[in-house]
Amino acid sequence: MFGPTAAPPVSGVTPLRANVFDADLPYELHPAVEVRPEPFGALLYSFKTRRLSFLKDPLLVTLVRSLAEQPTAGEACRAAGITEPDRRSMFLRALATLASTETIRERHVPTAGSST
Amino acid sequence: MTAVLPLVEHFAQGLDAPICLTWELTYACNLACAHCLSSSGRRDPRELSTAEAKAVIDELERMQVFYVNIGGGEPTVRPDFWELVDYATAHKVGVKFSTNGIKIDKAAARRLAASDYVDVQISLDGATAEVNDYVRGKGSFATAMKAMENLAEAGFAGFKISVVCTRQNIDQLEAFKAIADRYQAQLRLTRLRPAGRGADVWDELHPTALQQRQLYDWLVLNGENVLTGDSFFHLAAFGESLPGLNLCGAGRVVCLIDPVGDVYACPFAIHESFLAGNVRSPGGFATVWRESDLFLELRMPQSGGACASCSAFDSCRGGCMAAKFFTGLPLDGPDPECVKGYGEKALSKIEPGRVSPKSSLDHSHTRPVKNGPIMLTLNRKPPSRSCDENPVSDMLAGRTGARERASI
Amino acid sequence: MPEAVVNEKAVTAVQNSESIPAENTQSPLEISDLLVEDVSIDGMCGVY
Repeated sequence: MFGPTAAPPVSGVTPLRANVFDADLPYELHPAVEVRPEPFGALLYSFKTRRLSFLKDPLLVTLVRSLAEQPTAGEACRAAGITEPDRRSMFLRALATLASTETIRERHVPTAGSST
Repeated sequence: MTAVLPLVEHFAQGLDAPICLTWELTYACNLACAHCLSSSGRRDPRELSTAEAKAVIDELERMQVFYVNIGGGEPTVRPDFWELVDYATAHKVGVKFSTNGIKIDKAAARRLAASDYVDVQISLDGATAEVNDYVRGKGSFATAMKAMENLAEAGFAGFKISVVCTRQNIDQLEAFKAIADRYQAQLRLTRLRPAGRGADVWDELHPTALQQRQLYDWLVLNGENVLTGDSFFHLAAFGESLPGLNLCGAGRVVCLIDPVGDVYACPFAIHESFLAGNVRSPGGFATVWRESDLFLELRMPQSGGACASCSAFDSCRGGCMAAKFFTGLPLDGPDPECVKGYGEKALSKIEPGRVSPKSSLDHSHTRPVKNGPIMLTLNRKPPSRSCDENPVSDMLAGRTGARERASI
Repeated sequence: MPEAVVNEKAVTAVQNSESIPAENTQSPLEISDLLVEDVSIDGMCGVY
C-alpha cells in the first residue's frame, strides 16, 4: 500500500512500455496509489510517481475502485451504469489518462515479470 | 451528471484535511541564515515531546495527509528525529525533510538510500560558496555539498536541492541545474518571502523586477524537471502559468505545524494574525484544521479587492498573502512583487516610519554566531544580553527588528 | 464551467474497442472533459 518513491524522470523520458489503454483489458488501481474520498469525488496520491490526481466526479471514483473486480474496463463502465455513448467515451478517456499516469494499471494474472 | 467545478474552486474552499503540510520539528539550528523564515536558532523549551509528535502523526494518518515536509530550524538536531521519521513512514505518512546537511554523513546517507519512503531536501542558496555563504554562513556551502556527495555515493538518486531565489543567485540558475545533474538530484527553486528574518534582508535580497522576468523565462524554457513548490504563482501574470495549483494553499490545502504545536496558515506566515490554534488543545490538529476561525475565514470566497479589476487577476490571484502582510501591504491589494508594478506603487504609498508587522516569536541566536552569514557581518550589531533562555529576550531588550520603510 | 464536447474520433474509437493511445500528461490543471487533473505533490504553495 505504501509504495516506493521513484527517482524523478530524467529529461522527460517516457517508460519503455507504452501505456496504451485498452478497454477490453482488466485493470486495477495501482498499489502505490492512496485514495482519499472528498465531497467532490476523490484525491488520489501515488507514492510512486508523487503525483496527485483529482477525480472530480464521484461516479468516476466508484468506477476506478470497481476495476479490480471487473473482467475489463469496459465491463466496469457497464456495471457502473455508464452506458450512454458520450458518457462512456468520456469515462473511458478518463481511465486512459489515469493509465498514462500510472494511477491505474493493467491487471495481470500473477506471473513472474508483471509490470510494476 | 453533476456540473464539474474547476478544481481550483474546490481547493479555494478548503478540504477536510490538508493534502500535505510543513512541520517544523524544532526551532534549534546550527546555522543562522540571514533570511530564515522561521527566525530559528534557539530551541524553544515548549517543543512537542516525542509522544506528542507521534500523536500528531497518528492524526495525520487518520486524516490521510499524504505527505509531510519536516523542517525547522534544523530538524536533524532533534535527538528523536530518526524515530519520528520512521514512525511517520510506518504510519503511511510520506516524509520529505529539509536540511542544511549537517547530519547527513555517510551512515545517514546509506540509511536514507535504503528507505524508499523518505525524501531529502538539501538547502542551498548559491551555486558557489561565495554566493551561498553570504546568506547562510561560512562553511554552509561545504556542508551542503558534502551531504550531497554522501547521498549520491550511497545511491540515493532524486533527492532535492532547494534554492531560495535571490538577487545574488538569479544568474546561477544554470549552475544550480548542473549541480543537481551532477548528483542526480532534482532542482527546486522557491520564492523568497519577507518572513521571519527575511523581513530584515528583503530589501537587499529580493529579486529585481527584471530578474523576476529572467527567472520566469528560465522556468518556462527549462523548468520541466525543476520543482517550485508553486511558489511563483504570482508570476503567472507574465503569461502561461507555471506547473502547480497556482493558488495560495494556506489554510486550504496546506498549513504549518510549528515546534510548539502551533498551527499556522503557512510556514511563511508565522505571526499571531495567522495562528489558527494549537495541536495540544482538545480535538488536536484535526479540530484546528476543520474548525478554526482563521481557516474558515481563509476558505471563504476572497473578493480580490483592489486587484479584482486587473486583467491578470485570474492568473496571479493577487499573489502571496505572507509577502503582502510582512511588507505592510493590505491583503486585498497587490503583491509587493506584482509583475505589473502595482506592488511597488503600493509600497511607495506607505507612510515613512510606519513599521511592518513582526512576529513576537523570535528564536534567533542572540549571541553572534561563529561563521554566521557574511552579509550580516557587514553591519555588525552590538552583542545582546547573554541570557538567551527567553525567546523574546531581544524584543524585551528593545531590539524590535522591525524595518521602517521610507517613501521612495 | 461548460463540459467540453467529446471528441468524435474518440467516441468512434471507443465503440470499436480499439486501443486508445495514451494521453500524454497535459500541463497541470488543464481542465478537460476527462474529469481528472494531475499535479505534483510539490505543486502547492505553502509548503517548504
